[in-house]
Amino acid sequence: MGPDPFAMRAFRILTGVLLIVWLVLPLVPLAIWSFARGWRFPDLLPQEWSLKAWSYALSDTSGVVDSLGLTIGISLGVTVLSILVGVPAGRALGLYQFRGKQAVELMILAPTIVPGIAVALGIHSVFIALGLTNTIPGVMLVHLVPTLPYMVLVMAGIFANFDPSYEAQARSLGAGPVQTFWYITLPAILPGIIVGGMFAFLVSWSQYILTLLIGGGRVVTLPLLLFNFAASGRNDITGAIGMIYILPGLLILLVTARHLSGQNGAVGGFGRL
Amino acid sequence: MTHVSIKSLTKTWPGAAKPSLDRLSLEIPSGELTALLGPSGCGKTTTMKMIAGLLVPTAGDVTFDGRSILKDKPEDRGVVMVFQNYLLFPYMSVADNIGFGLKMRKVPKAEIAARVADMLALVKLPDLGRRRPSELSGGQQQRVALARALIVRPKVLLLDEPLSNLDAHLRFEMRDLIRSLQRELGITTIFVTHDQEEAVVLADRVALILDGSLRQYDKADVFYKRPADEAVARFFGGHNFVPGRSEGGVFHSGLGALNLPEDARAGPGKLTFRPESVKIGAANENTVTARLIDRIYLGTQTRLRLVAGDVDIEAVLSPDLVEGLEIGADVPICLPRQSLWVLE
Repeated sequence: MGPDPFAMRAFRILTGVLLIVWLVLPLVPLAIWSFARGWRFPDLLPQEWSLKAWSYALSDTSGVVDSLGLTIGISLGVTVLSILVGVPAGRALGLYQFRGKQAVELMILAPTIVPGIAVALGIHSVFIALGLTNTIPGVMLVHLVPTLPYMVLVMAGIFANFDPSYEAQARSLGAGPVQTFWYITLPAILPGIIVGGMFAFLVSWSQYILTLLIGGGRVVTLPLLLFNFAASGRNDITGAIGMIYILPGLLILLVTARHLSGQNGAVGGFGRL
Repeated sequence: MTHVSIKSLTKTWPGAAKPSLDRLSLEIPSGELTALLGPSGCGKTTTMKMIAGLLVPTAGDVTFDGRSILKDKPEDRGVVMVFQNYLLFPYMSVADNIGFGLKMRKVPKAEIAARVADMLALVKLPDLGRRRPSELSGGQQQRVALARALIVRPKVLLLDEPLSNLDAHLRFEMRDLIRSLQRELGITTIFVTHDQEEAVVLADRVALILDGSLRQYDKADVFYKRPADEAVARFFGGHNFVPGRSEGGVFHSGLGALNLPEDARAGPGKLTFRPESVKIGAANENTVTARLIDRIYLGTQTRLRLVAGDVDIEAVLSPDLVEGLEIGADVPICLPRQSLWVLE
């Protein structure tokens, strides 16, 4: 007997409702603010509507467009670096037994346990010595601290279900190491790379403290800009930037919602988080 | 056509006390089908992987037509290994699986398509090219795996337990297919198996490996008639071992004096004979009286347990030959001279 189809359906509707309540509803006031001229208590809706906040946000003077480009660039770069490090590391953890494996797993998980600011302060002094503070490469490197645990764990889960004999078979049929990776390994681990890569992108996209400390205020990504406007009380502009800021997360959620069911091997690795 | 020589091939895993394969030497004639037979863990799959280049040997050499291949990369050796669980690539269609080796060799697409179609016909799966591997039965998957290996025209084909995952009725079909393809293409083929029946039905020659070392390398029937030692005889289902002494072509033991074949060794040793070679009824020579202890009906044959003096004898006969025999009765049995063999 499989699960009761009626109960499954009810459960699915319930999770859908909860998702909307938690994720979409909090954004509604933000969206309304971005089109409001003035919105005072106790009115349910703004007295006057306006596109001023949006035209300011998209103008050159606000710096939002530049910052958006920079943030996309940093997050994409961090995603690529995470994949380059995470795939081999995940393979080692998922496929092979070696001495000190548990210690390595713990070290990879450590950044998710230790507060980010503590890590960042330590890294800061090292980066000063290396001349990486206040630079974009420095910010990208420090973003790897929170992104790598996700990437490595997702890939370890994927590789735990991968039979390396397929690679041996391909070699035996005449494929070189690069061809073997491209035709055999990559298709098998691609779901993990996509899911892990999207997590890495979003984690990098939402970094505030690490960017602020290592970037030293010179590398102004979107969250930093958003925080500046929020702190200065410009709710309408904050709302507009906030809308832009949540866009990639929303897009990724829409694209992947179907695949994040937990039955997917790529998400299985999170059981260990 | 490739003559394969294995010379003192040895594999010792790091930290292991004794080698898992100890100085294996074999000459595998060009175009022959050879079985590496042995219980699981005896080092036979290790041997195959070293030939395929998937494992590095600790010592020894493997040559093809006199040239060492150990320094060649796996993809350059001209060796294709077919794994026991087939390992069809799940993301590719059957046709893409079969054409994989040609694609890696940058063969033009049109030629790949034509040769894949030929191969599908050869393994009798002409209409299944577009299917996914997961849609095929076990026997069909094995044919695809075989086709995928043969299409690149390997110098040496390695098969890992090629019949063991198949149902009884499929085994003979696949055996015939492997034999006919191998003959037709003349590819030197080595396969490993733990099943002596699989080795005997498929191979020209059998190499029996026990505990990591070669015990006997011969045509299949020799293992039954002239085993090298007791362990070999037991592996091939031998039960009868009688200690005694061979002198002047006669074996003296608890069974009395029995005439031996001309090529039997002299001196103290163990007499052995196949359970199937025991005959009921007296004859001109080598007749022994034995008491029937037990009989087990096995359908196409009956297994008898007999005692002659203090010697246990096991015999396997056609059921209709032993119909009237009663347990506890004394039965004259004959051990034909040519069926006897003396072990060290």
